[in-house]
Amino acid sequence: MTIVEGVQVDLKPEELSQAVKMLGKKPNAVEVGMIDVMWSEHCSYKSSRPILKLLPQSGPRVVCGPGNDAGAVDIGDGYVAVFKIESHNHPSAIEPYNGAATGIGGIIRDILCMGARPIALLDPLRFGSIRSPRSRWLFKYVVKGIADYGNCVGIPTVGGEVEFDESFESNCLVNVVCVGIAKRDEIVLAEAKYPGDVVVLAGGSTGRDGIHGVTFASRTLTEESEEDRPAVQVGDPFTKKLIIDATLEILKTGFVHGLKDLGGGGLTCASSEMANKGGRGIDIELSKVHLREKGLSPFEIMLSESQERMLFIVDPKGVETVTEILDKYGLSWSIPGKVTDSKNVRVFLNGSLVAEVPAKLLAESPIIERKAKKPSYIDELKKVEKPPMPNDLSEVLIQLMASENIASKEWVYRQYDHEVGIRSVVKCGEADAAVLRILGEDKGIAVSSDCNSKHCYLDPFNGGAGAVAEACRNVACVGALPLAIVDCLNFGNPEKSDVFWQFKETVRGMSEMCKVMQTPCVGGNVSFYNEDEVTKKAVKPSPVVVALGVLESLKNVVTLTFKNVGDCIVLLGKTFPEMGGSEYYYTIHQIEGGIAPKVDMKTEKRTIDLLLLAMKESYINAAHDCSKGGLGVALSLMSVKSKLGLEAELREANTENLRFDELLFSESHSRFIVTTKKANLDNLLELAKNRGVFACYLGNVISSPQIVFRYEDNEIVDCDLMEIKQAWESTIPSYMRL
Amino acid sequence: MKVAVIRFPGSNCDLDTVYVLRSVVGLETELVWHKHFNDGDFDAVVLPGGFSYGDALRAGVIAAYSPAMKRVKEMAKEGKPVLGICNGFQILVESELLGGALLRNDCLTFICKWVTLRVDNDKTAFTNSMKKGQILKMPIAHNEGRYYNDLEAIREMEENNQIVFRYSNDKGELTSESNPNGSLENIAGICNLEGNVLGLMPHPERASEPILSPFKTDHGKLIFESMVNAIKNGGKYR
Repeated sequence: MTIVEGVQVDLKPEELSQAVKMLGKKPNAVEVGMIDVMWSEHCSYKSSRPILKLLPQSGPRVVCGPGNDAGAVDIGDGYVAVFKIESHNHPSAIEPYNGAATGIGGIIRDILCMGARPIALLDPLRFGSIRSPRSRWLFKYVVKGIADYGNCVGIPTVGGEVEFDESFESNCLVNVVCVGIAKRDEIVLAEAKYPGDVVVLAGGSTGRDGIHGVTFASRTLTEESEEDRPAVQVGDPFTKKLIIDATLEILKTGFVHGLKDLGGGGLTCASSEMANKGGRGIDIELSKVHLREKGLSPFEIMLSESQERMLFIVDPKGVETVTEILDKYGLSWSIPGKVTDSKNVRVFLNGSLVAEVPAKLLAESPIIERKAKKPSYIDELKKVEKPPMPNDLSEVLIQLMASENIASKEWVYRQYDHEVGIRSVVKCGEADAAVLRILGEDKGIAVSSDCNSKHCYLDPFNGGAGAVAEACRNVACVGALPLAIVDCLNFGNPEKSDVFWQFKETVRGMSEMCKVMQTPCVGGNVSFYNEDEVTKKAVKPSPVVVALGVLESLKNVVTLTFKNVGDCIVLLGKTFPEMGGSEYYYTIHQIEGGIAPKVDMKTEKRTIDLLLLAMKESYINAAHDCSKGGLGVALSLMSVKSKLGLEAELREANTENLRFDELLFSESHSRFIVTTKKANLDNLLELAKNRGVFACYLGNVISSPQIVFRYEDNEIVDCDLMEIKQAWESTIPSYMRL
Repeated sequence: MKVAVIRFPGSNCDLDTVYVLRSVVGLETELVWHKHFNDGDFDAVVLPGGFSYGDALRAGVIAAYSPAMKRVKEMAKEGKPVLGICNGFQILVESELLGGALLRNDCLTFICKWVTLRVDNDKTAFTNSMKKGQILKMPIAHNEGRYYNDLEAIREMEENNQIVFRYSNDKGELTSESNPNGSLENIAGICNLEGNVLGLMPHPERASEPILSPFKTDHGKLIFESMVNAIKNGGKYR
């Protein structure tokens, strides 16, 4: 850290001299502070921007791509779905309750300021081992923070995921997703286009909380990070609820020309990005800003990250109407500025200029070309000897179902209101993706978030591609056509060449998959510096992907439960000996290495297309993607969820001459388990054959509570359904009963 | 026939309730900001779920002292149907239109799940289209839903038929497994002596369309349809 003009900055000396050169003068303390925040990794994406360009970002359905507060896709009939993902890793790692809560608050604002009504939240979470008391503490309070905030603002939390792995021990990953819905012509952008427009700051008052939150997020956590606790903001869901209601009412007046929330970088970020996007300038008079306490310096006001604030750019004719609505909801507001044609952000205190910086300089930081070098572990970990074949595969299956990464997450989602809004057609735990209806229409959207950090660690390219593939598979499982993705890329320190290599490879894999899948990436977030200064260990690369799909009719929704005794169970897709990063290796054999599953992208796309086609033909009664825990776990889960047994003969599924444990627990991509009526079985198999997708009939749903797998008529697994259900349901509650 | 759904700051099931009343039940319904409630004239009023005033002090207590609730009390006295759902129930209890208290769930966490209810009184403004003993499916979503009252008061309520809904199993038995939050006597909903004021923790507006129900039911609608009957019959519920 360097001291400039009495201000502690994170900028490197060479970045500072570049700033001086671009500015054409020596910046004062306020200006340095503004540049420092805007050029932080968190705000500027200075390391990741060149790599993110690889991702396809446009397509016929894309209404707004990256660079906006959230991505928007056309879902037909005049509607757009708006969605975005963000991380709140650092704050949550030191203050789980408020860290997670304000993460939710921030992502809701991102959707709202696009002019959309937020209708759903999802929370992909990653913690250290559940056996660690610290991880359980983080887990418990992160979930509580999400629940208390999300429940109060009245937006249902409809999905997410929880992964436990030792690499997240000191740096948990708390990602938050919000989905919104709007009519196409209601979309608003974060821009200040018309000089003379009035800047209205609404909502929470500005205080000292959260100053330097973004620079804190752009560093690795250290022992001293606990002292950064004041950099974590405090959430106020009640005010947020009023802001949502007021903002939606204000937008209806038609007087709003631009809208942006105040998140990381506070007033500095909001004003400079809006001015830059509109090609204008903004003047701010600090004495007008409504403050929580007296005596805040210009530096503090410009950098405060106090929560629940929105910045409206308003037609001067509409100021009265807008402020009346704010008054109705009892929200504070102030009019600290106006749009100018200067192209600069100018900050005044009682009329005298205290800072002047070009908006473009703030909003478009210089790029840093990072070095990427393949880490040596990648090749070393591939060389792993096959573990001995377990004697009792039934016992292994039960252990896997009980493992914390596979076990039921009901303990989590019971605490979330997942029904408010009356749009939740497919709810938590019922299928691979959540389905939300569009009120008043026979139309819906499906969303799912996915990532397998163990796969990504061993093979970042295929891990990244796999995250996209799995999210799209999950969306397809409920009958929705995947349209687009957003991503949250959680990595270690990008200044380290091996971390940056992981990052580059992951994005490359995602890009390739997105292109083949025709799901552009319409937004996202990069979170670097997720590592522990003490152990020098980075988190496993975690590219969390959220896929959004559209259902043209809600009559065609499919869930994962077996529907009828006697239904035929069919496997789509081939299984390969890809045991690296599997739950089976991790839980049963404590092996970290091996060959991680590869994604055959064309097969993946073909298989998803086939599934959707078969659904359209009404062949499919239930569908579930085959991922964590492989075929064995996927089949068992369908059984457990429907409280119906199954019998399966696996001979035909074994096209690659695998050992039984590989056949049951390999996590190969591009596979689904579906059920169909006996009368449709041949049609389904025929359709698959015509479309070039491997499909085989495994067996049937049975009424007796048993899970039986046979191989050439020999029983290799025979489990009592209730025993397996008990194992699957009790793990998380028994750990969390503190 | 016009029904009001009052929006307090922090209400969050207001729009859901309005949607169901208008589009599912087909009733003329107005969403009314609490400060404007006294200006209107309504045949019935619904206090929706949510976190009015952010649950500050205690769930429902601040809304209970709002000017809007004065008018709600008058309507209750006039025999007009008054329905409190979830936070609305908490408001009714805090404003003493209904007796008892709603305490923190015994598991100490928020619970969101579908539960089974048994109808114990089918002669109220909100249950007249049901049958006594009928089993209903509806979701709950709350932190403070554990009904509490002293035993004498509960006995009195029982005698007066004021216990309208209880958490039960599918056979209508009142088991502890079917009681999600530790409510005394498995109480899920109660009414006043006259049967025109009802509060319940489950959300009928989330259970009024088969597409939203894991059981493909629409039992919540029965509550709103009963309310329509009550308005039509001017206080006679059967």
